[in-house]
Amino acid sequence: MKIKVYISNFMQYKLLLKELVLRDVKIKYRRSVLGLLWTLLNPLLMMIVLTIVFSNMFRFDIDNFPVYLMCGQVIFNFFSEASSTAMSSIIFNAPLIKKIYVPKYLFPLSKVLSCFVNLVSSVIALVIVMFITKTPITGTVVLFFIPVIYALVFSIGMGVLLSSLAVSFRDIMHLYGVLITAWMYLTPIFYPISMLPDFLKTIIMFNPLASFVEMFRDVILYGNIPSWSLHLRCFVPCLIVLVLGVFVFKRQQDEFVLKI
Amino acid sequence: MKPENAIEITDVSMKFNLYKENVDNLKEYFIKYLKRQLSHDEFWALKNISLEIAKGDSMALIGRNGSGKSTLLKIIAGVLKPTKGTVERSGSIAPLIELGAGFDPDLTARENVYLNGAMLGYSRSMLDEKYDDIISFAELEPFVDVPLKNFSSGMYARLGFAIATIAKPDILIIDEVLSVGDFKFQEKCEERIAKMMEGGTTVLFVSHSIEQVKKICNKAAWLDHGTMVMHGDVFEVCDMYSKN
Repeated sequence: MKIKVYISNFMQYKLLLKELVLRDVKIKYRRSVLGLLWTLLNPLLMMIVLTIVFSNMFRFDIDNFPVYLMCGQVIFNFFSEASSTAMSSIIFNAPLIKKIYVPKYLFPLSKVLSCFVNLVSSVIALVIVMFITKTPITGTVVLFFIPVIYALVFSIGMGVLLSSLAVSFRDIMHLYGVLITAWMYLTPIFYPISMLPDFLKTIIMFNPLASFVEMFRDVILYGNIPSWSLHLRCFVPCLIVLVLGVFVFKRQQDEFVLKI
Repeated sequence: MKPENAIEITDVSMKFNLYKENVDNLKEYFIKYLKRQLSHDEFWALKNISLEIAKGDSMALIGRNGSGKSTLLKIIAGVLKPTKGTVERSGSIAPLIELGAGFDPDLTARENVYLNGAMLGYSRSMLDEKYDDIISFAELEPFVDVPLKNFSSGMYARLGFAIATIAKPDILIIDEVLSVGDFKFQEKCEERIAKMMEGGTTVLFVSHSIEQVKKICNKAAWLDHGTMVMHGDVFEVCDMYSKN
């Protein structure tokens, strides 16, 4: 019964979710000459810079480094951008929340989804790089959406969780920048896992982003079908974060308007 | 909830915590925390308000600044959740609490119609259908593709009013927004509200202008410092209020 109410409520505001995502995408590139093309150009240029840096200054023994790097970057950048923008979404929309009733989860959710639009064009950029570098395309490539969905669910969970925490504990907004940098170095984006000492390898086993990236590379670069244990390492953190996020958000959402 | 009522407010109280920012640094915070001096002051903006508004009525909320009128409106609109008590509503609500609250200044008027309309819960097809009406009512035909940040405050308010009143809501909440725009536009707004009331819309109206209240409403409730002084027929309540 209750679920039915939630769903019908969501359906009523589906248009708003779409409009909010559209607004983010429109405003980001409005008045820039290349416009939406930037979502494609940005990851490409970034990849070129990092490839130059890591093939000349710090060398790792990785085959097809541009694609290896980009696989990690596409996933991690999506998460980093989505969770950070979702975190401040409730606070930024304070003037609105104080005046009109709208389901509040729409704000973090719309932020994550507008970053997801970027992710989609980053994947297109990745395909371009794969053609340029003549990466052999295997059948497993079609499974690319599985790790992407994991990353999306994880980001929604984190975004919802962080956005409600940020309302009562603003310091988290300043802390998160540092945290995400540390998280990035703990994710094998531009280095191979094999170069790490054993204790760090164990830590990385528990880093969900490392698991998403590993699965993404498995299907794109190595032609492996992801193992069940890898699925487990992706699925469990997604579930935990999503349930925790929704729980905290639901408990706090009526207080938002008093605190922002 | 009785079927003849549009809104039922039962024993509603609203508490705000006044956080006084008198803690400057961490040391002070810690000391005050240990001494348990960090308590905040409580402020009851509304105390045990009960009110029934029948369908088709137009109820005015009057009272001095800080009497809790706007808080009560926000509770009815669903923006605030009351600390105690319940509010029941039947039907759709159009809140005119602040015109253009959901506008994005970087988007054009056309884009804002869709964004704001979606916030008010309208469907896409309805917005497509009513789009021309909205723009012509707001008298903004030449400016539909201009970003809202270049609009004057009057244009802003006109567009906000036009969007919020395009659907025929069951309940219309108006918080002192009729004082926007020039007098001709005000007339247009009043005309549109009168039309809605003829169609059976329940109106909740907050204003400091007793003249306007008497013109629009048939009932009134008088709030003072968060408590209900009296409610009933608009002329009786307004007379008592004016004498006070």
